[in-house]
Amino acid sequence: MQQKVPFYILLLLLVGIGLGSAIHRHIDLEVPWTPGETREVWSVEARLEFTARDKPVIALLAIPETQPGFTLLEQGTASPGYGLSYLTEEDVPAVRWSTQKATGKQVLYYRAQFLLDTRTDKVWPGPPEIEPAPILPELENVAAGRLLDEVRADSANQITLVAQILNTIKANDQKVSLLKQGRDDVELAIMLTQLAGVAARPVTAVNLRHNRRNQDGIPYLMVYEEDQVAFFNLQTGKEGKPARLLLWEMNGQPLIDLEGGRNTRISFSMARVIVPVQQAIEEKYRDLSPIRISLHSLPQEEQQLFRGLLLIPVGVMVVMIVRVLVGLRTSGTFMPVLIALALMQTALGAGLAGFVVVIFAGLVVRSYLSRLNLLLVARISAVIIVVILLTATFSVIAYNLRLVEGLNIMFFPMIIIAWTIERLSLLWEEEGAKEVLQQGGGSLMVALLAYVVMSNIYVQHLTFNFPGLQLVLLAFVLMLGSYTGYRLIELVRFSPLADKENTDQLR
Amino acid sequence: MSWLVSPRRLRELGVLGMNERNIHYIAGFNERRLFPLVDDKLKTKEIALASGLAVPTLIGVVRYQHQINEIAEVLHNQAAFCIKPAKGSGGKGILVIHDHDDELYYKPNDQGLTLGDVKRHLSNILAGLYSLGGQPDKAIIEQLIHFDDHFSGYSFEGVPDIRIIVFKGYPVMAMMRLSTAASDGKANLHQGAVGVGIDLRSGRASHAVQYDRVVHKHPDTGLPLSEVSIPEWDKLMVMAARCYEMSDLGYIGVDIVLDAHRGPMLLELNARPGLAIQIANGRGLAERLVQVKTFAERARMPDERVALVQQSFY
Repeated sequence: MQQKVPFYILLLLLVGIGLGSAIHRHIDLEVPWTPGETREVWSVEARLEFTARDKPVIALLAIPETQPGFTLLEQGTASPGYGLSYLTEEDVPAVRWSTQKATGKQVLYYRAQFLLDTRTDKVWPGPPEIEPAPILPELENVAAGRLLDEVRADSANQITLVAQILNTIKANDQKVSLLKQGRDDVELAIMLTQLAGVAARPVTAVNLRHNRRNQDGIPYLMVYEEDQVAFFNLQTGKEGKPARLLLWEMNGQPLIDLEGGRNTRISFSMARVIVPVQQAIEEKYRDLSPIRISLHSLPQEEQQLFRGLLLIPVGVMVVMIVRVLVGLRTSGTFMPVLIALALMQTALGAGLAGFVVVIFAGLVVRSYLSRLNLLLVARISAVIIVVILLTATFSVIAYNLRLVEGLNIMFFPMIIIAWTIERLSLLWEEEGAKEVLQQGGGSLMVALLAYVVMSNIYVQHLTFNFPGLQLVLLAFVLMLGSYTGYRLIELVRFSPLADKENTDQLR
Repeated sequence: MSWLVSPRRLRELGVLGMNERNIHYIAGFNERRLFPLVDDKLKTKEIALASGLAVPTLIGVVRYQHQINEIAEVLHNQAAFCIKPAKGSGGKGILVIHDHDDELYYKPNDQGLTLGDVKRHLSNILAGLYSLGGQPDKAIIEQLIHFDDHFSGYSFEGVPDIRIIVFKGYPVMAMMRLSTAASDGKANLHQGAVGVGIDLRSGRASHAVQYDRVVHKHPDTGLPLSEVSIPEWDKLMVMAARCYEMSDLGYIGVDIVLDAHRGPMLLELNARPGLAIQIANGRGLAERLVQVKTFAERARMPDERVALVQQSFY
């Protein structure tokens, strides 16, 4: 009893570490508590087209990075015949294609996968330095000055100022018409913000919509006011950033810088893929430290194996509860867990039917073997062989009757079934069929209970995605192992002792 | 008559539960390394003989498969015998033969077994069919106990045995198991044998149950169970108490049979004795176990311990 305190400390530690690791995985790695959550991954492709002029070609294409709202998962290019380098450390991240000589129409592709992600570590780049205002002809200068005076009067800060500028451009009054000569709306808007001395960042964005092709980049303007950033679509003049707006270039530079070609054109196409959240997360954190590596990094086949293995502790715990708290005895301590595992591989009904049929057929065969006076090992070996033959036969029959689940009876642990048959058959000889039904049925009930718990999708999700919870299970099992209270069936078994007339002494 | 009782009421009654028995008494007072002494009946027999306790006479031990072929000669001169697995538990695999003519071997219910049946039984024992965990085993052949007339009419086919729970050398509770027609001559209470609680002072029956309910008469013969009284009771008590020194196990069930000629004989020890004895006695074990913990350990001789118990528990 004196070791009680260290024991409880151990339990607390196990529970603490287990829950801690689970909470860490939930918060830091975004593993959801419940199954079935999905994420959007966008596959975006930039298509760069130009006509080469029989000269060396160097093409620079600005490329997007991880940004608030999007995490870059992977990128790649399709550009046969071109040398390739990624310039991701530059101020303007870009991909550079180069070739010694190219003729005619050239098409280069850049592809990137972005996870739509509300939780990135990235923040928007800060406000750019305010560029010196352009020198304008006198007339335009006066018009612009007037216009700015008007909008200043209607605005409170930089963001509202830009909003007013864009409104005015759309409004098409006389001053605007004058200024628009030789400029389009976008150039005019940028020029006016520069004249107004607003800290603004012209960017190029791509609006992601499922299965669109031939999309153009959209000019946006990022406007800063203290901690706030506002986005203005320079084509429509509208304020605001849609969730699925990917900023392709954030430094006010052209998307393409091409030497040795002409007729440049860039267009975007995109597609949305819905992926399970685990897969998305795995890709997102792929490059990070080993502690973050989880079972998802294993090949699919091993993952399936571990899905099953990590469920065993849950089944074992069910058996422990049944034995220690309820007090039922099962034939073969953990046989019900193995049966439950097998049932999970088959469909429940087919699995149960298969199990009962195999056991029953095995008992019939065993009753014949018992007359042959064989050694125990020989008898069990014979039962194993017969069980396997029976399973094969049933599988073929089930398959031909189009009950395909029948095939999966194969997952039953044959050797354990053979032992079960042996024990049940002895029980039959010694205590009669009733006891066989009771014990066999009891084991099957426990197996079903374990099956129900183990096949629960929430249980499966938690055990596989939060291996730390195994420590909590461990602590629970240790605690159950030191439970000294009464078992449920003892409350029935010992009830005569609480009965007055039953405790009367003989004299 | 309620079929369910609250845990609190059970605790008040001092009933020992399976989990508490396992953790506090078996794990707490029985050293694991000593278990083989009692799990193997052959070893129990050896240490019992070494400490001068009477045991049923050993006819032979079958260790290897080839010995089974010579079994007919070994058994030829033995009119009545019993074959047991050395590591069996719960009475499984015990074959009692009370007469034979070298061709047919008769069980107590006069069912005849062929020599082949007997050989198969031996072969099953050796393969570990009845042993704990299925490990390979030995078969023990013993002389049959001579039925003490004292109990005729109280037992159906089987020999009644007496189970005494000994905690730290102090006998704390006793019962006698009487087989019945319902139990098919077996002494298992859950199969319908009658459990008779025995008063530790007098060796007389104090309480009796069948199927967990009080009975006053033997269900087959109608003899009043209150008349059951065990001769040489104090000798049995001392014998049980001495099993503590012999085995070093703190919490054991001692099984004793009465032989008509040789008196009480130690049948086997059990390091995991069951809890049905509480129902047979109509009282819980826990109170007495707690009281024994206050008694000084090993300070007394076995007979002194028995005397102390007989003073304290009634």
